[in-house]
Amino acid sequence: MIAVENLRKRFSGPSGVVQALDGVSLQVGEGEFVAVQGPSGCGKTTLLLIVGTLLHPTEGKVCVGGANPYELPLDARARFRAQTIGFVFQQFHLIPYLTVRENILAPQLAVSDPAALQRADDLLRRFQLADRARHTPDTLSTGERQRTALARAFLNRPKVLLADEPTGNLDADNAEIVLRGLADFARDGGAVLLVTHDARAAQYAHRIVRMKNGKVLPD
Amino acid sequence: MNIFHLAVKEILHRKLNFALGLLSIIAAIGVFVGALTLLKIHDLRTHQILEAKETETRMRMAALEDEMRKAMLNLGFNIVILPKDVNLTDWHADDYAAKYMPEDYIEKLAKCHLITVQHLLPSLQQKIKWPEQKRTVLLVGTRGEVPHLGAGPKKPMVEPVPQGAIVLGFEIHQDLGLKVGDKVTLMGREFTVHKCHDRRGNKDDITVWIHLSEAQELLNKKGLINAILALECQCAWANLPKVREEITKILPDTQVIERASEALARAEARIKVGEEAVRSVEQERQNRLRLRTEREQFAAVLVPTVMIASALWIGFLAFGNVRERRVEIGILRALGLRSRQVLLLFLSKAVVMGLVGGAIGYGIGYYGGGLVGRSLEHLGTSESVPPGLFDWKTLALAMGLAPLLSAVASWIPAVLAVQQDPAEVLREE
Repeated sequence: MIAVENLRKRFSGPSGVVQALDGVSLQVGEGEFVAVQGPSGCGKTTLLLIVGTLLHPTEGKVCVGGANPYELPLDARARFRAQTIGFVFQQFHLIPYLTVRENILAPQLAVSDPAALQRADDLLRRFQLADRARHTPDTLSTGERQRTALARAFLNRPKVLLADEPTGNLDADNAEIVLRGLADFARDGGAVLLVTHDARAAQYAHRIVRMKNGKVLPD
Repeated sequence: MNIFHLAVKEILHRKLNFALGLLSIIAAIGVFVGALTLLKIHDLRTHQILEAKETETRMRMAALEDEMRKAMLNLGFNIVILPKDVNLTDWHADDYAAKYMPEDYIEKLAKCHLITVQHLLPSLQQKIKWPEQKRTVLLVGTRGEVPHLGAGPKKPMVEPVPQGAIVLGFEIHQDLGLKVGDKVTLMGREFTVHKCHDRRGNKDDITVWIHLSEAQELLNKKGLINAILALECQCAWANLPKVREEITKILPDTQVIERASEALARAEARIKVGEEAVRSVEQERQNRLRLRTEREQFAAVLVPTVMIASALWIGFLAFGNVRERRVEIGILRALGLRSRQVLLLFLSKAVVMGLVGGAIGYGIGYYGGGLVGRSLEHLGTSESVPPGLFDWKTLALAMGLAPLLSAVASWIPAVLAVQQDPAEVLREE
């Protein structure tokens, strides 16, 4: 489902060129849950953004859901992203003026689907947010916010779920809910790429990939 | 949920940002509509002033014309048509012409379109010794005014003397002790006194008037007259050669002379007053036009200045809004929103701001301009806005201009929002 080969990414900054990824190759198959671990600045988030079709690699091949998204024009890539990939971030990135239900429905702005309303209600129940449906994010606990973000990532039934430190701000119970949600997604046939420092991820992930200085360390 | 829903929710969330932009639109449209309303009130007031002045002038001119007719009647006729061979020295000395012309000359004149002459009065005049009273009088035979084709329907200036009747000048009826209804004999024929004139201080005081046919019989001048008195009310003194030419073309063996110069001078003075009134209307028209031009020039500077200031302010607010929503834009892009959807999100907000601001701005401009204009122009109306000012075109213009202004001002910030790299934002976060 996800295949990257010999991926390199360089950033030019005021302090010179930074090699964020240096020949990374990785595969995540259907139904597979892969956790990427490594110290800060090792290139985990860069890898995630490239796989998420948001950041063009300097070199290397990217294949998501059987297609190279970087061969598509911008708008087609955006549509591809909306249909294929779900994101979960450490900071939740909920839209502050929308209710929980509206935040979950936000991906529908990109891909209109009448069935999305029913799915949003199902997700509200699944992540124990039904009684918070009309609340705005500023009135939610951190756990509820992350569950909302997870539900939002599930709305368009993506093939791939990309999660960047989703448990970083959560207590144990909520972290458990999120990790179980990711595992359930993989069990249902999706591919999960989780970037995390959380040691609990090992209990749910099928595979741990370690990175350092922009490279994948050998097993 | 759609983009518009998202835009409205954002407006409700960031009320201050929206309110500040809205105020700016209200100011711009308010000034624009206010300026238009003021100019419309100016036009309305100008129309009222000029209409009042024109009505006043018309009334004054009508009054002058009436006064002039009376003056002409009292002071005499201003055109006299005499047989060509009349010696004017004798005519002035004797007060009547010693030569005669056929009575049917009057019919000839009456059938022609003499545009300058309003009233035609044929007469037979002769100074006679009144045998029964042993005194000299001026006998005038007249048949009253003859209607002619060139003039419109006019009120006759001289009443005809009926047959068998006699009209007496002041000195005569005073000396003879006669009054209306008395019987009097003239050259063997009995007449009934029809009218006794007041003193006029001229030869009319020693004149007797009888019907023309009776005068012709008494003087043995059957079918003859020796003068046609013509009153042309307004322009003969300015154009006597034209009148003379017109008349002598029709009646080649006559001569035309001008009389009663005092009446003409008065008439001329009155006409000048009338012309002055017309000039005054024109002067007022020019003054109002000058004032309008000044106001237009002021509006032509003020309106674009306020519009530009408003656009800059909206642009500044939109920049702030884009900066504030960097992460939101990033996450929306990550969720798959396309460039034009992000652009639409920002422009929807601008259009909503424009529509609301346009409506409020129109209301404020309309009523504000109405109140200021009413006060400036001293319009005597009890309504807050003078009636007849509302028009759909201005409303449509305001409602079209406001969203356009807002959208144009927000365009660059919206494009910057679209160009924002979501990966960069998400990495920073």
